[in-house]
Amino acid sequence: MNPAGFPEQVRRAWAIAKKDIRIYYFKGPVLIFGVFMPVFLFLAFFMGSRQLPLSFLISGLIGMTLFFTATAVSPAIFPWEGSAKTLERLASCPITIEAIVFGDMIASILFGIGITIVTVIIGLALGLSLLHGIMLLAAIFLAACCFSAIGMLLAVPPTNVPSNIMMLSSLIKFPLVFISGIFIPLEQMPAWGLVLAVCSPLTYFTDLVRYSFTDTHYFPVLVDTIALAVFTLVFTVITMYLHKRTMPQRM
Amino acid sequence: MTDIIHASDLTKVFGKSTAVDHISFDVQNGEIFGFLGPNGAGKTTTTRMLTGVIPLDFGTATVLGHDIRSEPVQAKQRFGVVPETSNAYTDLTAWQNLMLMGELYGLPRAWAEQRSSDLLEMVGLIERKDQKVQAYSKGMKQRLILAMALIHEPELLFLDEPTSGLDVQSTQMILSLLRDLNKQGTTIFLTTHNMEEANRLCHRVGIIHGGKMVAIDAPEKLKTAIDRVHKIEVSFDHEIPGDALSGLGSVTEVHRAGDKWQITTQDKDATIRSLVTFSQQNGAGIVTLNTLAPSLDEAFLRLTKEAKP
Repeated sequence: MNPAGFPEQVRRAWAIAKKDIRIYYFKGPVLIFGVFMPVFLFLAFFMGSRQLPLSFLISGLIGMTLFFTATAVSPAIFPWEGSAKTLERLASCPITIEAIVFGDMIASILFGIGITIVTVIIGLALGLSLLHGIMLLAAIFLAACCFSAIGMLLAVPPTNVPSNIMMLSSLIKFPLVFISGIFIPLEQMPAWGLVLAVCSPLTYFTDLVRYSFTDTHYFPVLVDTIALAVFTLVFTVITMYLHKRTMPQRM
Repeated sequence: MTDIIHASDLTKVFGKSTAVDHISFDVQNGEIFGFLGPNGAGKTTTTRMLTGVIPLDFGTATVLGHDIRSEPVQAKQRFGVVPETSNAYTDLTAWQNLMLMGELYGLPRAWAEQRSSDLLEMVGLIERKDQKVQAYSKGMKQRLILAMALIHEPELLFLDEPTSGLDVQSTQMILSLLRDLNKQGTTIFLTTHNMEEANRLCHRVGIIHGGKMVAIDAPEKLKTAIDRVHKIEVSFDHEIPGDALSGLGSVTEVHRAGDKWQITTQDKDATIRSLVTFSQQNGAGIVTLNTLAPSLDEAFLRLTKEAKP
């Protein structure tokens, strides 16, 4: 067994993910920011926007749910573990920082996918028809990876106070929701809004969800998919690089 | 004996302050090495560098033959760490913590389960293995952390203040376990404030002060090395005149202390030999013979005072 080899490190990353699932899924801030927040945001918008079709709103809810859930777990883990001194325990174990980050991302991805699937089922129960199921599943998986990497990126500042990171995380997440075609269709956005929308990975995911339910889309499906994949890759590489640099400052 | 740890010019700088300043030392296979120093001396920083938790700013550290900078995972696979603060996952049970460690060290599940049971038995926690760690006392947590560090049968164990703030029972249990582990061949690197602990447990101690290593030696040698004059206390089974003792080799001073004589000498070994010869020649049986070396506490205080940064 080569402990530093890729397969062994992936196995150890999975151990980290299982630990995260056991410990962090039911923590108050994760449930509040990951589950309740998007639900109430959606309900508030739903009450005030009766003229928009249900398919549009449910697609937006799915987009928002995945975005909030997949970015709820990952930013909090490092600060929590830093303050509890368990991060030092992990740092002294034969696991690379990249594998620790990857493990946290897996936990985040699974949390995002699990809650989002429930939202999809609610949409189907409300009478929506799923036209491109495989595409939707692929998009959910890809976007969950992308959003969990964003979540990890938000945890880069080496603070061991979870509320600081949650605040920073909200500061970045909420504006993204409003520029990503969730509440306002991309077709109705002003030019400056579209420029911002193009920079948000959530835009491409929401577009793919709409395509899956209504067969309509703003960008070509291939462009949406490639954009999500590129965002995922870039965010993952950057987050691993930055965590490697900031990790010693947490000890 | 081979070197298990080889640290050369180890340096760590935080901002404008040099926490560890070009220190070098070796720890040999099978020994218990005590790392002593006052608060803020750089003990924990050194331990963290050696265990790959924080990077070195300068110098090299080889642990179990692996450069901690270029092969940290390979080195970590072979040593265990008991850090300064309790850091088991309090939301998990003792069993879940041990299983997590087993997975992080790549151990087969069945082997990890058997080893965990044995370790929990050894540290007296088997009855409470399914209880969340948050309900544990400090002593129980520390015993669990020791078990977690031993899950993969490490060849080298780093311990940072393992008995700090613990009750007598937990302290004795941990110290006894460390002795047993060392007898079985585990090399131990022990950071401690407790001089008595270091004195009784360690084969050699290193004293760090202001980020610099001020002494490395066996505790007894350190204690005697700080004084060039030594004191010996002797009593005989019948009255002996002080003048007779003053004439013995290397003796510089003789004082009466109750029913004993306190002798000051520059050569302890020569004086003890002379005393034995004296007792044989004069038919005076030696009742007690004590060398009054400074304690490790005194040696530590003297050395750290002399090396004031």
